[in-house]
Amino acid sequence: MSELLTVEARGSSAREPAVEAGGSSAREPGVDKPAVLETRTWWQRSLATRRGLVVPGLVLVAWIVATHYGLVNKHLVAKPEKVVTRAIEELRNGGLLLNLFASIKRDLIGFVIGAVAGVLFGGLLGVSRRSERLFGPTFHAAKQVAMFAWIPLMSVWLGTGEVAKVVFIAVAAFYPIVVNTQEGIESVAREHIEVARAFRYTRWQIVRKVVFPSALPSIFAGVQTGLIYAWLGTIGAEYLLSPDLGIGNLMIEGRESLQMDKVLLGVTVVGLVGASINLLASRLEQYVLRWRVTAFEARQ
Amino acid sequence: MTEQAIIDIRQVSKRYKVSNEALLVLDSLNLSVQPGEFLSIVGASGCGKSTLLRLLTGLDADYDGEIKIRGERVVGTSLDRGIVFQEHRLFPWLTVKQNVGLGLQNSTWSQEKKQKAVDDHIALVGLTGFEGAFPHQLSGGMAQRAAIARGLVNQPSILLLDEPFGALDALTRSRLQQELQRIWQAEKITMILVTHDVDEAVYLGDRVVVLQPRPGRIRRIVDVDVAHPRDRADPALKALTEEVRGEIVNVSPN
Repeated sequence: MSELLTVEARGSSAREPAVEAGGSSAREPGVDKPAVLETRTWWQRSLATRRGLVVPGLVLVAWIVATHYGLVNKHLVAKPEKVVTRAIEELRNGGLLLNLFASIKRDLIGFVIGAVAGVLFGGLLGVSRRSERLFGPTFHAAKQVAMFAWIPLMSVWLGTGEVAKVVFIAVAAFYPIVVNTQEGIESVAREHIEVARAFRYTRWQIVRKVVFPSALPSIFAGVQTGLIYAWLGTIGAEYLLSPDLGIGNLMIEGRESLQMDKVLLGVTVVGLVGASINLLASRLEQYVLRWRVTAFEARQ
Repeated sequence: MTEQAIIDIRQVSKRYKVSNEALLVLDSLNLSVQPGEFLSIVGASGCGKSTLLRLLTGLDADYDGEIKIRGERVVGTSLDRGIVFQEHRLFPWLTVKQNVGLGLQNSTWSQEKKQKAVDDHIALVGLTGFEGAFPHQLSGGMAQRAAIARGLVNQPSILLLDEPFGALDALTRSRLQQELQRIWQAEKITMILVTHDVDEAVYLGDRVVVLQPRPGRIRRIVDVDVAHPRDRADPALKALTEEVRGEIVNVSPN
């Protein structure tokens, strides 16, 4: 952002008349935009965030009312404060963090494997027409099989332990990343490749300097979806394969002993972790792809 | 005269395959360009002027006849020939400075020389202060300036311009035409400008090649013996402009 501001500041300095200030009907329209972005104050931004909290707030109120006035069976829905005390207890005895770290570790290992394989395979399909013809149809057919339908097969082949879980998570992340990487690479502008050819770029330079950066926004979209799928897959794998440390296991324990506060704690943690992963990914995307015209700027 | 020519085009024809039929786009073109000359190529759409420029760039090698640069047949693209397209074609993920530097990727110059070349050419097109801007932050005219700097950064001996100002508004266009004339005088290189704008062709060109369409042939070559830098209001220039316009309008079937 500081870079953009420097540009804006210089643009309005004495140099401007030299750069077609009067000549162009558009008075450097793009250069003004970052300044417009900056006028959104801290207050306005936090107001936007607060609007997003309205619905969760209402749900919480409904939950409190329903459990306190006996509107729901107390064996099926625990009171919110019981979930909070359960959370404190689980934090004290270390169980929550142990389970949480086990899940996140599993999630990340599976995701990294799936993402690396996905970018490489998607890249291959995008760059080489021959491999698209060879692998494309099989891949697109296999992609139609619902994620959880692989579990029975995997448990037979790989058992129900850690390996099967990680492989399942990797597969979950793999599909969206392959699809988006391939699409990103295929959408590279022919015009940009011609520029590179005019400067005598080698094939490898074209892939690295033109094709890959062009595909990056699409790859990022795939990575973001992949992260979400991997986290869904983590909980699913923990729930459906053999019990081990993990948030899914916390929920199984809760269900089996009919401790609904434990189950609801699990649900809350899963949701919070998922939301945090999403937030981190979009922050990273904003930084890496800061050259793009954002939807906000485009609307100006 | 042909001996000292920097570009020599001999009997060049080009066909495109359109639904199994060969469509003749350029028909037996002959043309020589002198070093340091500013040559304008003007014609209605469909006369093959952009095709000719692509052949000169080396982006398309599928043609009949011969194109020689300093006596050597054109094979592929060359860092000695810069190109500016109608759309700026800047890479949106790179800053102005990085975009201008693209042309030096495969240059053998030292790092300092590359750095200096980038800075000098950004200054040449009047973009100093905007090095860190991304393309979406620039106006159309500024983006095209950056594209011209990118085309010149290798210090090629020939700069090819494919309707470079066609997408700009009239005021920005005339300002950039003036700038291009200044840059051409400063760099002392050969420039070939393809355009459908007759005023632009005559204002900038030492010679104006008028192409006629279907198939593309040279109709006439008009010498513009007016000293640079030129004044648009010059009566001689105006008379020549009308003469060239007449050539194009008369031949147009539509």
